[in-house]
Formats: sequence, structure tokens, C-alpha cells
Amino acid sequence: MEYFLIIVSAIFVNNILLAQFLGICPFLGVSNKLSTATGMSGAVCFVITLATVVTYLLNQYLLVPFGLEFLQTISFILVIAALVQMVEIVLKKISPSLYQALGIFLPLITTNCAVLGVAITVVTKEFAFGGSAPHMLNLGQATVYAIATSLGYGLAMCLFAGLREHLAGNDVPKAFKGLPIALITVGIMAMAFLGFSGIV
Amino acid sequence: MSKWHFVTDGFVKNNPTFVLVLGMCPTLATTTSAMNGLEMGLATMFVLILSNIVISLIAPMVPDKVRIPVYITVIATFVTVLQLLMQAFTPSVYETLGLFIPLIVVNCIVLGRAEGFANKHSVGESALDGLGVGLGFTASLTVIGIVREILGSGSLFGWKFIAGDGILAFVMAPGAFLVLGFLMVLFNKYLAKK
Amino acid sequence: MAAESTLKNMVLCLSAVCLICAAVVGGAYAMTKEPIDEAARAKTTASIAAVLPEFAGTPEQASVNVDGTDYTYYKTDSGCAVISSTSGFGGALTLMVGIASDGTVHNTTVLSHTETPGLGAKCTTDEHFIGQFQGFDPKQKSLTVKKDGGDLDAITASTITSRAYALAVSNAVKVFNKLNEGGQGNE
Repeated sequence: MEYFLIIVSAIFVNNILLAQFLGICPFLGVSNKLSTATGMSGAVCFVITLATVVTYLLNQYLLVPFGLEFLQTISFILVIAALVQMVEIVLKKISPSLYQALGIFLPLITTNCAVLGVAITVVTKEFAFGGSAPHMLNLGQATVYAIATSLGYGLAMCLFAGLREHLAGNDVPKAFKGLPIALITVGIMAMAFLGFSGIV
Repeated sequence: MSKWHFVTDGFVKNNPTFVLVLGMCPTLATTTSAMNGLEMGLATMFVLILSNIVISLIAPMVPDKVRIPVYITVIATFVTVLQLLMQAFTPSVYETLGLFIPLIVVNCIVLGRAEGFANKHSVGESALDGLGVGLGFTASLTVIGIVREILGSGSLFGWKFIAGDGILAFVMAPGAFLVLGFLMVLFNKYLAKK
Repeated sequence: MAAESTLKNMVLCLSAVCLICAAVVGGAYAMTKEPIDEAARAKTTASIAAVLPEFAGTPEQASVNVDGTDYTYYKTDSGCAVISSTSGFGGALTLMVGIASDGTVHNTTVLSHTETPGLGAKCTTDEHFIGQFQGFDPKQKSLTVKKDGGDLDAITASTITSRAYALAVSNAVKVFNKLNEGGQGNE
């Protein structure tokens, strides 16, 4: 039950893009076409999940026992940067087709604040779902949270890319062209997602 | 002052928010009020100036292939120092801005200026550039914060001048996108006229 | 211009940068540790003073387990301040609840919350809502919102936050009652 609530909450209620404002730069950057949007979402999903598990373990077994929590930011970002590099190298060797689909997005992901954001949130914030007393997530819950959050990222990204493909063909006033109209569209989407709030 | 343009460029021509469209996450997330926007901008400026200075100093000694990891380490160091200082001396501000202080590390503006400016310019110029871009970022965030605070809570820098609740949507997530979108339209209009 | 990218140079450069950065961060940590602890202590002391009638001496910190949850509380000669946490609308809602020696709620204050600005977040500012808890006697009245048949007015359009707030206070009362059952709390 708790896992189900985590999933619903992470995908819809606290959508990482529309409610938490993480990972907006790549969201605006690559959402012009549905195909690139799905590629980027796939890569983000992969990296967020992997990075969250690795940083969770790092925090639990290295930083906390030695009282070094203040090194979270600096160690997490280095771990993420190294991880992204490694994923790129491994993917290239093991699955060239997957590398072709996701590869070009990987270097961009190091500076995607969604990755660092989720990693830090998971180890610092107390979560409360469906009336339970607030508590820190355990490894299983953290993993599910990371997967669900990145699915929410993918959902918002693909929905938005679909809308934006249609926008491209429309006649918009000159000053609104490009990003402004895109931002206003996201605003309306975020309003729709507000409707989910309160269900968990 | 011939170097003055390094500072002013950051305001209009290279405005990080409205022209370069960088660092969108804190821009949207922390501008629920004018004060929050201002504080976030200043925090970013602190990191930006210091990392610009240090990176312009060490750039000649850093081998090309490892420059990005070196820059990230330098930036993360300053962000951690900033985190510690804020926790110690302005704990309430630290609590309000929360997650977005550590996330300055991945703010594309900071790495962008390091890679695009500081490693090719002198220390003085890099410091001025950090100041300019930082001020530009702070100004944009404050303006967005002002608009959202007036519409959303009917107050300005905490001073309430409209009774009642205001339009709540502007304090919540959708308002952030809408206000940024419409301000960008105004900025485009202004640039087109010039 | 940039030094050559030989393996030796790269390793040297990265190690040097890491060493220097580690030294800087470590130094900053050592310097700010005292003020950070000080700030956290000051916050706790201020919130205890805000929720309890005037007391002499320093509050004693202890913890107790009630219904499977651990609560931290501070005992003074004028009553007991309990840190109580529930799940609000947006996530954890943590209160400091002051209960005077006669068992009435003296005052409450929010330590941290993630409620919606302008709606649930009013639980930190809405004077009518917070005022209801001042001097509240849990033996006479019921610590739930009117919608649930209790005696508390909810914050407009924020029933969930109000419920969570009321639940946190009523949990704190339980903690107080448990402490007083045995005459003395387990330290």
C-alpha cells in the first residue's frame, strides 16, 4: 500500500517538473519533438534510479557513520558525474542500439538538477503518505520513489512535447514565439496537475 | 571605465533568465515572494563570483581533458561553504530556500560562465562578469518574485497592501510558469523596439 | 595556455584540486560547526519559551515512546513541550506543543512544514486558528475539527492541514498524559 501511495504521489501529485521545478532546463530544451523527448526521458529515468540507489548507499554507509553529512552536495555531484560517464562507456560496449537512442542525452544529464535533486531529497527529507507518521525512506522505498519520480518526469515531458509539436504549426504573436508560449502552456498543464493534489 | 560593460552585459544583453534562459529551476521554484527571489539571487551570485575568480586563476594550470570535473569540484566546494555559512548565520533563509541551495551546483549559469568566460579571461574581468551575471540573475528573480507576490498574496516584500487572499494560483506552481512566460513576452517586446 | 593532458598531469591536477577543496570545506565546517549548533539550540529554546508559561532553569530533553512512535519532549517546571509530527497536505508537519502542568495546551508553534503557500501554510500565521489552541483543555473539549464533530474551526479551504495540526496536538496531549500516568516520565 505504501509503495502504491509513493508511486501515485511521485508521478502525479508532486510531479517533479510541474510541482517541484526540477530538471526544467532540459525539459524546455529537448521537448520540441516527441522522439527526442522520449529519448531524454528514458536516459533520465535510467540515471535517476541508478544515481539515487548509489548515493543512498554512499550516504548510509559512508557519510552518516563518519558524521560527514555536510559533504552530501559535493560527493553526490561527483558520484553522479562519474556514474553518467560510466553508463555512457558501458552502454556503448554492451548495447550500441540503446546507446544511439540515449547516448547523445547522457552528457547533458550531469547538470540536470532533477538527478541531484532526487538524490538529496531522498536522504534529507521526511516523507509522509496517506496519514502515516512522517519517516525517512528505506532503500526499497527510495528506489521506488526514484523510479516513480522519473516516470513522472517522462510523462510530463512526453505530454508537453506532444502539445509543442502542435503549437509549432500555429500562428502565435511574434513576441510569444518560442519559449514564452511554451512556458504559458506548461503553466496551464501545471494547473491541470494541481487537480491531483490532495489525493494522497 | 572600460570594463564596466562586463557588468552591464549581464543585465540586458546576456540576461541569464530572459535571454540565455539558464537556471530555470530556482527561477521558478524560489520566486514565491520578492524576498525569496532576492535571497536566491544573492546566494547564486556569491557562488558565481567566487567560482569565476578561482577558475580564471587556475585555468592555465588545468589540463584540458579534466577541466569540467575540476570546475564542478570548485563550484561544489563553494556551494558547500555557502550551505554551511547559511545554516550558521541565516538558518531561516536556508530553510525557506531548502533544496535549491545545494542545487546551485547544477545551475547551468555557474558552470556556463566558468566554461564560457572565466577560463579565457583575467581574474578582474571574471570577477566583474560574475558580479554582472549574478546581479542580472538576482534582478530577474526579484522581478518575478515581485509580480508573483503582488498577484498571489497582495503584498510586496512582506508589506501587505491588498486585504484578502490574492490569486493563490500565482504563488503555486502554475503561476511561476505563467509569470515567467508573460515577462519574457514583455522582455522580447522591449528588445524588439530597441 | 592549458597544461598538456598527459596522464601524470591529469592525476596531479585532480588530486591537487581535491586536496585543496577538501581542506577548504573541512575548514569551513570546523569554523561553522559551533554557530550552526548554536543556531539550532537557539531555535529550540525560543520555540520552547514560546509555547510554555514562563519557567525557571533549562528545559530537560528526553524521549518517550507512545503507540509505537518516539517523541522528543522538553520538561520544565511549568509544563512540558513536545515535538509532534504528522502528515499534512504536502508532507510532514512538525509542531512544538506546550502543555502546562495542569494538562491544558498553553501554545503551539510550527517547527517545519511543506503546506501549500496561501492555503495550508496559513497554519503558521492564522491567528484565529492558532489562538484556538491557547488554553485549550483537552478534558473538556475534543481536539478535532468541527467537520469531524470536534470543537476546532478549520482554516478556510485547508481541512487536511487543520486535521493534521489537531492530530499533532492531540498526540502531544497523549504523550503528556503518558508521562504523568506514572507520576514521572521515563528519562
